[in-house]
This record gives sequence, C-alpha cells and structure tokens, in this order.
Amino acid sequence: MKENRIGVYICHCGGNISDYVDVNKVKEAVENDEGIALSKTTIFACADSNQKEMVEDIKEQNLSGVVVASCSPKLHLLTFRSVSERAGLNKYNYVHANIREQVSWAHSDDKIGATEKAIQIVKAAIAKVKLAEPLEPITVPTVNAVAVIGAGIAGMRAAIELADAGSNVILLEREFFIGGRIAQFDNLCVSNETGKELITRLYNEVMSHENVTLYTGAELVETSGSVGDFKIKIKVTPRYINSHCAKGELQKAIDVCPVKVPDEFNFNITDRKAIYHNYPSEYPQLPVIDMKNCTRCGECEKVCSSIDFSQKEKIIESNVGSILVATGFDPYEPEVGEFGYKTIENVVTLPQFKRIVHYAKDKLLYKGKLVRNIAYIYCVGSRQLDGENKYCSRYCCTSNIYAAITAKKQFGNINNFHFNRGIRTYGKQELLYDESSRMGDIYLQSFEDLPPTVESVNGKTVVKINDYLTGGKELEVEADLVVLVTGMVPRKDNSIEKLLKIPKGRDKFFNEIHMKLRPVETVIDGVTIAGACQGPKNIMESMNSALAAATKSFSLVDSGELAHEPIVAIVNADNCTYCDLCSQACPFDAIQMIEYNGKSIAEINNSTCKGCGMCIPVCPTNALDLTSFTDKEIFSMIDAIANHS
Amino acid sequence: MEGGKVNNGPKILVFSTEKISDPAIDMAGLLKLHYPPTVYTISVPCSSAIKPIWILRALDQGFDGVFIAADGTDCPYSESCTDNTGKIVSNTMEIMKSRGMDPARLKMAAICSVCSEPFVKHVKSFTEYLKNHSKN
Repeated sequence: MKENRIGVYICHCGGNISDYVDVNKVKEAVENDEGIALSKTTIFACADSNQKEMVEDIKEQNLSGVVVASCSPKLHLLTFRSVSERAGLNKYNYVHANIREQVSWAHSDDKIGATEKAIQIVKAAIAKVKLAEPLEPITVPTVNAVAVIGAGIAGMRAAIELADAGSNVILLEREFFIGGRIAQFDNLCVSNETGKELITRLYNEVMSHENVTLYTGAELVETSGSVGDFKIKIKVTPRYINSHCAKGELQKAIDVCPVKVPDEFNFNITDRKAIYHNYPSEYPQLPVIDMKNCTRCGECEKVCSSIDFSQKEKIIESNVGSILVATGFDPYEPEVGEFGYKTIENVVTLPQFKRIVHYAKDKLLYKGKLVRNIAYIYCVGSRQLDGENKYCSRYCCTSNIYAAITAKKQFGNINNFHFNRGIRTYGKQELLYDESSRMGDIYLQSFEDLPPTVESVNGKTVVKINDYLTGGKELEVEADLVVLVTGMVPRKDNSIEKLLKIPKGRDKFFNEIHMKLRPVETVIDGVTIAGACQGPKNIMESMNSALAAATKSFSLVDSGELAHEPIVAIVNADNCTYCDLCSQACPFDAIQMIEYNGKSIAEINNSTCKGCGMCIPVCPTNALDLTSFTDKEIFSMIDAIANHS
Repeated sequence: MEGGKVNNGPKILVFSTEKISDPAIDMAGLLKLHYPPTVYTISVPCSSAIKPIWILRALDQGFDGVFIAADGTDCPYSESCTDNTGKIVSNTMEIMKSRGMDPARLKMAAICSVCSEPFVKHVKSFTEYLKNHSKN
C-alpha cells in the first residue's frame, strides 16, 4: 500500500473564510492526523506566491496528495489541479474542500459551528485524497464545428470569428430575417451608424464566408451527445417562395395580399401582410409567407410565379463540437394600465417611439396629432421594487436620451421631459446626457417609492411628479406623447433553454458559471452564451461577450480531440453476472456485453461514458463503481464527517 | 476537536450534484441564507448515481438524516433522472423500513441550480423534523 504524504492548505480568502472560520483551529485539527505531511494556512491560496510555494512543497516533501480548503471548486478546482500537475503530481491526487460558499458564508451567523463544520469537511477531503488514484484524461475526437443559435448581432459576430478561425459554423435564426433586435434600431450612438448598416456589414461577411451555413426560419429541435460531438436536429420552416423570381412580381404579391396583421417588427404600430418582409432591403432579401395568418386565397399566386405552397418543412441533422447560444432579449411589455399603457391613447414604449420617429417625415405626428411635448418615464420594467425585474437594464437611459436628442434635432420644436430615477449613462455615454442637458431637455427625478403618475385630464395626458431635484415640488407636464422607457427581459419563448438545459439566474436570463472568472461558459459542457440572452447588455458589451464565447467554443473544438474527465463507470468482473440492467439505465449506450473468462459481463466504452453514474445503483450485485466516487471513497468521506466530533 | 462536539443539532448528509444542486447550495452561502452547520454536503455527478448502500452507511454511521438534492428535470444527463432518483429513494426506504428505521430520515427534493432558497427551506424543515423524532 502506498505511503500517504498529504499536504493540506487552509485558505483565509482574505477574510471571507477566516472572519467566520478559525482557520488555525482547522489546521491544528488535521495536522497530526495519519498521513499528513504538512498543513498550512494561507491568506490567498489562489495567489501566485502560494501556488509557487505549493509547487515547491509538493516536490520537496514528495507529497502524494493535496487538499486545498477554500472557495467553491467551481472557481479554483482547475487552478489547484494545474498546480499539482506543474509539480509533477497527478491532478486527480488533488481534492478540493469548499469551506467558503458552503461553510464560512453559509454559517457566518455561527462561527463555532462553522469552524466545526470546516474541520469535518477538510477531514472528509483528506479521507478521499488518501484513496485517490492517479488518472489520465480520456481523449475523444471532436467535431470542428459550432452551432450558433441566433443570427442577431452577437450570433453573427461570433459566427464570423469562428469561421475565420477555421471552424465550420451552422448559424440558426428562428425568424425569417437576420439581425435580431438591432435590425429594429435606427441610428446608434455614439457612432451614428444605423442598426441596419451594422447587420448588413455582418450579413455580408457571413454570406461570403465558405465556413458559415445560415438557416433562417430554423430551430434547434433535438440534441444528443455531449461536448466535442453534439448531434443536432434542425427544423427549417419554408418561406413558400422560390428564390429565383421575376423582378417586381414579389412586390405585386405583397400588394395583392388581402390579410392585415399587426407588424411585430414595428412593435404593432403598423400592419403588415401575410406575405411580408420587415423592410425592403432586409436580409435575406426574399419575403416569406406567414402561414399562421395566410388564408390561402391564392391572390399572390396569380401575380407571382415564385409562390410555392408545395414547399415542405425540413429536418436537417448535423454534428457539432460546441453550441453557442445568442438568442437575445425581449423588450419589457408593460402591464395594461402601467403608466397608462394601453389605457391612455398616447402612451407608447421606447421601442415603439423609435419606430414612430423612423417613419415620421417632416413632422413628428402620433395618430395624426402633432407631437411637441414628450414625457419619458424611465425604468419601466427595470429596477422594480415589487416586480421580478430587480435589475437595471443598462442600455435604456442611453438609448432613450439618444432617441430624444434625435427627435429634437430631426423635427425641432420638441420639448423633452425626462422623468427619471437617476440617469445611468455610464462611460462615454455620459456625453449624450451632457448634450441633452445643453439642448434644454428637462430632467425631473423621483425614487421608486414615489414614481410619476400618468393621467388623462379633460382629454389631455398629464404626467405628474414630486420632483426630488426641486425639493419635492409637485410638477406636471401636459404631454403629447408619453414614452415608457422599457428595459430588457428574457425571451418569452425560450425553448432552447429546456432543450439544452441551460440554467437561469435570479433575473431569469441564462446563467454563466461565474460572472467574472468564467463569464461565457454554462454548467452544460460545450454550451456557451453570448449577448443579451445572458442579461441586459448594450451592443459593445454584446460584441465583447460574443467574441469571448466564440473563443471559448473554438478552444473546445479546434484541437481535434478533447480531454474528458476520466470519470467513468468501472466493472468488477468477478461480481458482474450481466443482467443488462446497467445497460438499460445508461443514457449514452456506453455499456455492452462481452465474454470474459468464460462468462458474460458488462464492458464500459470509456469514450462514450459520460461519468453520470446512472448505471451504478441499479446493479443488483454491486459490480459497478464510478471513478473518484467509489464505494471506498464515499464511505471514507461519510465516516470522516460522521465520526469526527 | 478538543472540547467535544459543539454542533448538537441533527446531523444531515446532503448528496448534491456537481452541475445542478451544488451551484444552488453555493449560492445559498453567497446570499448568506443561513442554515444549520450540521448539514454537510458530498457532491456526486448525478443524483441517479447515489447507491442505497451509501445512504444506509451514512445513517448507520450516525447521520440523523440524508437529504438528496436531486437534479430533477434539469439533469444534464437524462430526462429519466427524476424517476431514477425516485426509485433509489423508494428502494432505500423499503430497506430502512425492513430494518425498523424511520423512512422519513431520508428525504429527496429536486434542487435546481438557482434553488438556493428552497434548499435552505428543505434542510431547515428536515432538521426540525429530525429534532422532533428520535432515531429508531
């Protein structure tokens, strides 16, 4: 039996641990245990200096195993495994003990209890490391392809980056046109480009890249496999229009369509036909027939030879090594009656206001009436005191001030009144706030407990506020238009979340593993997230995260093989009688029957086994174990915690 | 530790899962949602991998209760995880009954990756239950 020489490091984590756990007591409680070669406390275990010291310790003391008791393994398990490797110790002879999230912070109200628990957690880790076997990673081949879900600005940017790096990209867009929310934006601050210009540039790059295949009207409907080799199924809905058609016929087909439905692209302020495109130069430059609303009257077929109702839905299967999710956001839809929304005629949301400005020519009109006084009510659907959306949506202050300045410059004679809760035009965007103030915009402020009110008084819409900036004086504005500055919320239809099992945060947006240290990875190996599906972001922030996610996905698929954790099921041939229950329990078809020493036993395919362990409890003869979670290891941990007191 | 046992409350062993319930339990700490320090966690890849003999070992070794923080429908491995874990729990409960043990000393609940508050609620109420019911 090997001689145990274990090194134990107890981290203060500044004071995050040592303010509540007596780390010296923990050290003293374990230092004289059998097999402990050294035991130390350290201010920051993850600090470079401590890592160097650990490397020296492992070499000089010839350590056979290491335990670091610090933060969650989600943060630094890999850090300390890497320290072990650098010192020549197999990284699976390292065991992590979580005494921050699960001890010092969870029990900050009970220092004695926390210290006691920390000792037992460390003892359990020591018990496990004593039994830990050196393991080698299992390498599996990877497919150098990435599925990017969502062809908005983040998805397209990520797709181009991946394609440039040499990966094949399958870019999926559920809508029939690319560009996502940015297609609905006109001028963007601070560059004054339009959203359409940005997406046109990206679309041209996407389409000219041989490594990118774009599917519109396409949804991911099934996935199996795992990081390195996901098998995906894509459902592609047809456009019912052939791509090669005579010039002018399509416009005729749109013109003759008798169906009118609210145009969601314009946030329902206009109507569209059942055969439509969102705007004339939109990409792909081929309209689509919305079969949910089409009555099959046949009028379009009479004037356009390209209409083809025989087109069928297609299922496309493919393999990819990673999936990058960039599905974006929905604008917050106010409740009926919230600041007069849908109960007072001239109350609109910020996205609607932008479309109104877009369509206005010389004068700003709303429902035929000239607009001069505009009241903007901020933080609608964000920073809610009682509602679910506690967060700030980050982009709306800037976006709204920019829209207000644009309206003023474009139409003149506009008076902007900003009913805000504190303006958050951070960074360079502060210049806009300054410009708006210089242009004479009026800022009125209140807090969440006393928001402004919107009332209809004798046919006039009046916005009232107790303005904090003028000592709480009640001020009112007779508004021709009230704009509710709405924030971002997660997509209503987020079927991708269920399909890929991406965890959500408290804000209901997709959750990264760690917001600072692993900001684009999810707990689902191989699935990365980018853009506003992760939380409110402006375009620049979305680009940053798209590039980060592309890089992370690329790193998973590029090398041609991926090192998997060597956590796999192990068969004890002596006990196994091959009853087939394990094979039935395995979700990955990783168990086969083989003949061994004259009898049938189970054999594990290590490259397809995902180490879930679903097979091990079903074995009636207890012939199965899981690497690193063997009966011996689990028992030793249970005993260490139970018996220590 | 010299000075004897400080934590006198019922001892609970939580089998938690690395990808789903561990993050929730970590976040409970982050949010300083306090629960008794006599609740200890051992992480496993999936709640469908927990062997009944592990649960029985814990109860035999002096844990008052075992709580399985199951993956539920969030399991990244299989949609059948909820059923699988449920079977493990019911099989183990049968063994416990046959040994004259209170099957309520084993509890299971699905704990999603952000279910910090439900986790704390479960372990607190489980602690109360165990406090009020002596071992048998």
